[in-house]
Amino acid sequence: MTAAEIVRFALRGLTANKLRSALTTLGILIGVAAVILLVAVGEGSSQRIRENIQRLGANTLTVLPSTTGGGPGRMPGGYRGGERAGPRAQARDLTLEDAQALADPARAPSVKSVSPVVTAPGQTAAYEGASHSIGQLVGTHPSYFAASNKPVAKGTYFFNDDVLAARKVIVLGRTVAENLFGTVDPIGKQITVSGVPFTVVGVLKESGSSGFQDADDLAIAPLSAVQQSLTGFGPLGQILVQAKSADAVDSAQQEIAQVLNERHGITNGATPDYRILNQAALQETVSEAANTFTVLLGAVAAISLIVGGIGITNIMLVTVTERTREIGIRKAIGAPNRAILGQFLAEATVLSLLGGLLGVAVAVIGAQFTIAGVKPVIVPGSIVLALGVSVAIGLFFGAYPAGRAARLRPIEALRFE
Amino acid sequence: MSAPIAPAPVLDLRQVTKVYGAGETAVHALRGVTLTVERGDYVAIMGASGSGKSTLMNIIGCLDVPTSGTYLLDGIDVRALNENQLALVRNRKVGFVFQAFNLIPRMTALANVELPLAYGGIKAAERRRRALAALRMVGLADRVGHQPNQLSGGQQQRVAVARAIVTAPALLLADEPTGSLDTASGREVMRIFDRLSASGRTIVLITHEPDIAAHAKRVIRLTDGRIVEDIRRSPVSGPPPRLAEVTS
Repeated sequence: MTAAEIVRFALRGLTANKLRSALTTLGILIGVAAVILLVAVGEGSSQRIRENIQRLGANTLTVLPSTTGGGPGRMPGGYRGGERAGPRAQARDLTLEDAQALADPARAPSVKSVSPVVTAPGQTAAYEGASHSIGQLVGTHPSYFAASNKPVAKGTYFFNDDVLAARKVIVLGRTVAENLFGTVDPIGKQITVSGVPFTVVGVLKESGSSGFQDADDLAIAPLSAVQQSLTGFGPLGQILVQAKSADAVDSAQQEIAQVLNERHGITNGATPDYRILNQAALQETVSEAANTFTVLLGAVAAISLIVGGIGITNIMLVTVTERTREIGIRKAIGAPNRAILGQFLAEATVLSLLGGLLGVAVAVIGAQFTIAGVKPVIVPGSIVLALGVSVAIGLFFGAYPAGRAARLRPIEALRFE
Repeated sequence: MSAPIAPAPVLDLRQVTKVYGAGETAVHALRGVTLTVERGDYVAIMGASGSGKSTLMNIIGCLDVPTSGTYLLDGIDVRALNENQLALVRNRKVGFVFQAFNLIPRMTALANVELPLAYGGIKAAERRRRALAALRMVGLADRVGHQPNQLSGGQQQRVAVARAIVTAPALLLADEPTGSLDTASGREVMRIFDRLSASGRTIVLITHEPDIAAHAKRVIRLTDGRIVEDIRRSPVSGPPPRLAEVTS
């Protein structure tokens, strides 16, 4: 008996009962497709999260005030402020002076640029009858564009002169520009933001949706102009610090802490009244979470693969019982145990391998579609793994029924009706 | 036999017993059977049901091993063999013909006949040649591509005979080969057995019909696990007694 013959016998056995074979194959198909697809979905979403974080800007650190409560305009529209319970007795706000201190190359040599940021929520921009509620109006310094990875597509940035002179110039996000101007070129036009006139000098490059909010629904204007006309000269919402390089991020974080501790009078052991968000650390954490998510999805799918494997055992047991007499005949005419074992193992393996291959095909086709808002990214390793596991399942779950067939005693098998 | 030295008998059973179960409920299916069958003989084993003839056939066919006594098949002591070696002996030395035909469903006549050769490790081309020759021998050369359910009972039994002789076994063992057939088909099958006997094959036939047993050169009667009668009807080396009748 050659291997080819054993496989031929197996195929003949399987085609004898096409519907049953097809349904058993379906069990494995679903399992394999689920493993590959769900891992692809997990991978797709973690890739998207990584891209979103990347889009926030490279090598940047965000300094946020770390107190709860506060008056209006204290932390307008900032990052997740206000979550900590209990106001701090001597908490100090982040000020422009803090930002200037951080920009001192003598005290913070790892820092490349410092951008103080205020955000004005709920501002409505209008241009010739068209109006648009800006998702986020940011008042800052020109270095913000580079640090937060927001290049200008049309027109120009504003400059330090504009900040010093508090000129009312503004750079619009793509969404804002489209809503106000449509197809008209916005550069040089004057819009009003909550009644205050601003001149559009540039339009940002489209950065796409980040999932929760439209990253293009924003406008950026000089810090002084925003404070003067919209928010008042209150504390800063945040300070965006760009480190000189990826390697310098950690040392920049230490330098910032040092400077701010000194300025805010935080002595050893006291809890600082600010937080420093590290993009790299954030990315690591999120990646870990995303990986856990992917593993979890894969594990759930693997369970369905095992259920499919049990289906194989089940159907092979039925087949062996049904074909007891055939097994007896084969043994009577001289089939050794290993030939019988091989035949039924091959049947189980062909079933599961076929299911595996079809499952890969289904998964590859399914991955072309967007699932739950995520574009799946197929991990080649998951295909190899799922196929290998499906073959292993055929061997493992087929072993018991095949062993039973091989151990049948020929006279008893022949007597079986 | 023209051979100068007498060859080992095909079957050599000495005081073979077979007991099923143990203690109070033990069933003594065979109570000491001693039997020698020479090469070329054509033996009918007769007996009522429960006489132990099925047990004897299982032991002769190496499907079962005796409880005590010795059994040499073509000079090989069967009791010393393990399961896989028994399978090999069945493949090489014994050709089975069953009452219920026992062809494998959904396999063509040719594939059924090739099967013992496949288990015997014979190459595909040679297998095909020998299987076709065997099917020609039983007069079914035009039915090689038919599956068992497309064949009549007589044709199925002839395929089974072809499968039994395709390995050129030392012994052709038939268990009620005409039991499921009508008279005409049964006669056809018996004619094939007679022709095989005339060509020198050793045949052991198990039956309860005297008419079928009348084809054999030697008739053995079994009662309660013992041989009670052993009649030689024609010489071992001669043609079977009813050959002329069935071929005429």
